[in-house]
Amino acid sequence: MNILHYWRAMWGIVGRELWRFVTQRERFISALVRPLIWLFVFAAGFRAALGLAITPPYETYILYEVYITPGLLGMIQLFNGMQSSLSMVYDREMGSMRILLVSPLPRWFLLLSKLLAGTGVSIVQAYVFLGIARAYEIEAPWQGYLWVLPALVLSGLMLGALGLLLSSFIKQLENFAGVMNFVIFPMFFMSTALYPLWKLQESSELLKNLAQYNPFSQAVELIRFALYGQFNQAAFIYTLSAFTIFMAAAIVGYNPSKGMMARKGGAG
Amino acid sequence: MSEKIALSIDDLSFSYGGKKALDNVTFNIRSGECTILLGPNGAGKSTLFALITHLYDTHQGRIELCGYDVKKQTRNALAKLGVVFQQTTLDMDLSVVQNLRYHAALHGMSGKLAMQRIQKELEQLNMFDRRFERVRQLNGGHRRRVEIARALLHKPEVLLLDEPTVGLDVPSRQSIVDYVHHLAANENMAVLWASHLIDEIYPNDHLVVLHKGQVKANGTVDEVLQLTNSPLIKDAFYQLTQGEQA
Repeated sequence: MNILHYWRAMWGIVGRELWRFVTQRERFISALVRPLIWLFVFAAGFRAALGLAITPPYETYILYEVYITPGLLGMIQLFNGMQSSLSMVYDREMGSMRILLVSPLPRWFLLLSKLLAGTGVSIVQAYVFLGIARAYEIEAPWQGYLWVLPALVLSGLMLGALGLLLSSFIKQLENFAGVMNFVIFPMFFMSTALYPLWKLQESSELLKNLAQYNPFSQAVELIRFALYGQFNQAAFIYTLSAFTIFMAAAIVGYNPSKGMMARKGGAG
Repeated sequence: MSEKIALSIDDLSFSYGGKKALDNVTFNIRSGECTILLGPNGAGKSTLFALITHLYDTHQGRIELCGYDVKKQTRNALAKLGVVFQQTTLDMDLSVVQNLRYHAALHGMSGKLAMQRIQKELEQLNMFDRRFERVRQLNGGHRRRVEIARALLHKPEVLLLDEPTVGLDVPSRQSIVDYVHHLAANENMAVLWASHLIDEIYPNDHLVVLHKGQVKANGTVDEVLQLTNSPLIKDAFYQLTQGEQA
């Protein structure tokens, strides 16, 4: 067992996931269509209704499309994390997960590799989305496209780890609809992806607090500031902490003696 | 056949909640020996396989693979193990060779070594010419062959097969049964084959009959026939499982 073994295994897992993604054209297109509809339809309609004050990191008045872009990058990663989680549950039901889990590597490493693979896929999607947005003059400073990369890595890992954690709890594929209702929608709508905190505060203090402490909001703010070349330390620490907690819980969840796997029955 | 114990199961018990799935299961498998694990549905075969492959943790009892404790020295133990699960575990959207390279990467093989082993194993199973086909395009028998090739890529000392011939036609079944027996006899591999099909048993196989989580018989075909005073394995199995269907 050596470093080379770990390296080859990690590339095996990441390469497989990327290959699957680029060859599944429908998945690639549908992953892009969702945020693009939000950007070109929802945001365009909302532009007139929502006035935005100047808030950091923006130094001038901005269009609603500009405000919503980092939120939609977060949305891509949120959906991607849940999609990976869905595929983990599917793989487990179909049995192909077993091939991964019976390989002679520590389980935390296998889960982390899976997570890195999912994050890599979400970053490819995010950059394609940014490219399309730029073509329609929804632009960030050039260096922002570079600075956003580490932010996307961390936010992708955090949202992927959440998906991984959920997949350790979900026994059957049918239960996954609940994830849509109870995780994706509340996380997305109760966040700063669509409206700034002060706007939420105008309607409800509770809503503002929920949005503020929602890890998804912090990931979106990390991305938003990075896209304008700024480092949001509070959002970074919050997102990193959330990642650590979700990942640790997911590793426990997949531990054969402690986690949910031990409590699940089997036939035969 | 050597006397080396490749897989040792000692006093193994396992429960799902309050329901006991395995109850003090003990038996050994030697290198060069093909052991057929016979049991009706619900006997505990899949639970036993899940414990050997460390998908579940062992709470009571001990499993050793080539001298390594599966619970404490998991990675060393798993490196010695090849598995063919009951359900197909291939990625349908990838080609045969992509599936095998993925497995080789998980076992830390270099690209060159992986390709050499893939060629060798696929040629043995007459599948090399189909290596670039998507798994989805293959029939059930060919998929099984790919899974066997995959399980052998890292040269395991113990091969586990969980009802690998379910749903296959007679010629596909026969070729897989023959090939696995050949591996035990000529490659000195220890094989544990879970089945409920009596005709998959060769006369010199070792038999373990599992029923309601307990080992009801453990020995050669002749020993099991003597134990039950039966002329045929079918009758012995019927008697040991108290009339339940296989």
